Amino acid sequence: MRALCWTSGGELAVRQVPDPELRNEHDVIVQVRRSATCGADLPLLAGRVTGLAADDVLGHEFVGDVVEVGPAVRRHRVGDRVVVCASVACGGCWYCRQGLPSCCDNGSTEPAEAEAEWGHPVAGGFGQPRAAGGFAGSHAEYVRVPYADFGAFTVPEAVGDDRALFASDAAPAGWMGAEGGEVRPGDVVAVWGAGAVGQLAARSAWLLGADRVVVVDRHPARLLMARQHSGAETIDLRHTDVAAELRELSGGRGPDVCVEAVGGLAAEHRSLADRFTGRTRMPEAIREAVYACRKGGNVFVLNSGARFVDAFPTGAAVHKGLTVRGARQHGQRYIPMLLDRMARGELRTEHLATHHFPLERAVEGYALFRDRPEECLRAVFTPQEPHSPPGDTAVRVA
Amino acid sequence: MGRVGTVFAVAGALGAAAAGSARAAVTRRRAASNHPSRGAGTRPRAAMTRRRDAGTRLPAGPDDGRPGHWQVVTIDRSPQEVLPTGARPEPLRRLGDAVEVTVRPAPGDRGTELAARPVPGAAWPGLAAHLLGDDPALLVRRTLWQVKQLAEAGEQLRADRPPYERTEPDGTWLPPPDRPAG
Ligand SMILES: NC(=O)c1ccc[n+]([C@@H]2O[C@H](COP(=O)([O-])OP(=O)(O)OC[C@H]3O[C@@H](n4cnc5c(N)ncnc54)[C@H](O)[C@@H]3O)[C@@H](O)[C@H]2O)c1
Ligand SMILES: [Zn+2]
Ligand SMILES: [Zn+2]
Repeated sequence: MRALCWTSGGELAVRQVPDPELRNEHDVIVQVRRSATCGADLPLLAGRVTGLAADDVLGHEFVGDVVEVGPAVRRHRVGDRVVVCASVACGGCWYCRQGLPSCCDNGSTEPAEAEAEWGHPVAGGFGQPRAAGGFAGSHAEYVRVPYADFGAFTVPEAVGDDRALFASDAAPAGWMGAEGGEVRPGDVVAVWGAGAVGQLAARSAWLLGADRVVVVDRHPARLLMARQHSGAETIDLRHTDVAAELRELSGGRGPDVCVEAVGGLAAEHRSLADRFTGRTRMPEAIREAVYACRKGGNVFVLNSGARFVDAFPTGAAVHKGLTVRGARQHGQRYIPMLLDRMARGELRTEHLATHHFPLERAVEGYALFRDRPEECLRAVFTPQEPHSPPGDTAVRVA
Repeated sequence: MGRVGTVFAVAGALGAAAAGSARAAVTRRRAASNHPSRGAGTRPRAAMTRRRDAGTRLPAGPDDGRPGHWQVVTIDRSPQEVLPTGARPEPLRRLGDAVEVTVRPAPGDRGTELAARPVPGAAWPGLAAHLLGDDPALLVRRTLWQVKQLAEAGEQLRADRPPYERTEPDGTWLPPPDRPAG
């Protein structure tokens, strides 16, 4: 099959690779209809995260059709149109049973080794370095889905592909930011980052009854979209004192809930020491959120690319009595509810799929997503669409 | 069984004690003083030392004549489910008498705490010896995680085979039989 592969030295290429195979009894094989870029991929492309090998397939947000079913699969059959949670979790461990599937103990093929990264193994992921389980990504014609009864969800008829696609990752992440931040009716909610995740966090805050939702970013086109589709007010951080503006918009109290959904910065300058320690420079938004947040309020951090961050304002968190939390999205818990809301029209996401590309042009899609964020919110690949004749096309992206 | 504080042990001998149920292997007192995560009063000596100087890493391993650290996983299933026959579950059984094993219910209804550690100076059985490498603790830990995954997920998760593992001698890989290559 054709797939978008990581080659080495920061190159992406659409290549011919073997079709996926069933490896476990609970697997299904999905023929991909739509697969989207994500802000979480940018650190991979910037060489910030090591561990990708040549011919590893990227991509983790996807919707498609089940074409093969493992012998132990009960909930799916060939022909089902499914959206698949971006993280791989078993459904049978204590964490999964507590509704914390992204903390799954069994999402990795080598849990003992996976302990090294965060102290404990966490859910696996598609299209990630091997330490995340070793599951090929979805920017391909076919993808293998482990634990399919738990991680794949049949899409209601009424929900189109470009809507269902966002139930994979961006919508559950955004929802979790709002719900995990305990948004209540009457709250003022601030969201940093107007990517798909931030916009869906803003929309989720609305659905949870927020009185006012404010989105902060530097790209006017993204902010415009947040105003038009998420019912948010916006702050352009390039021209505004964000903290002062937020105070003004919240009666001087500060937002009750702050959601950090920032990404990007792939082209930032990184010192040798930064590269060595894996330290990233994205603390501004977290710091700003901690300062802006009202006393006793909640800060929810979604940015999964921030590994080590210096100068965290611990004092402000303590003296103001804040709750600071983070998580990778618990999609298996939220996706059925999100699909319901999508079917009812409460949650629309088509506008976030700003660009479609046949799989053969996926490299171009990534370059656009990375280099023109003001224009491209998500590049969506459509592997079932007719493509130009096979042949390796490599474009340097890093 | 199942109450917090009730300890049932599958002591080092259990591998051999395939005879009899897990219940028969209950040795309350001994297990209480043996299990790694009991309260301070019943902590084994090594664990007490570890607690006092929490910052220092003790050189531990089978070669210095002392048992290594206990490796422990909590399995979200009852002890009866983890050890239905009372015998050590696969793939833990493969480690034979080279490891000491204890089992007890986890507090707060969180299933079973399964612990193992290398026995100093013990010989590792064939396959285990082959997998041992230079870190017995890692082999023990990996094995415990496998037991856990089998019990909780019903299977041992396997990674996708990367293309290079599927490369045929002539430089091509074989597509699955019933689907044409894309
Ligand atoms: N926790 C999860 O489960 C989960 C899931 C998906 C994505 N993510 C993470 O969420 C983040 C957003 O994802 P996305 O796909 O929307 O990314 P994206 O790259 O499309 O958007 C990120 C936005 O953040 C903005 N930004 C950068 N610095 C900022 C700052 N200091 N203040 C305000 N805005 C700033 C950028 O301009 C950009 O518009 C990424 O870090 C991604 O890794 C987390
Ligand atoms: Zn994503
Ligand atoms: Zn799990």
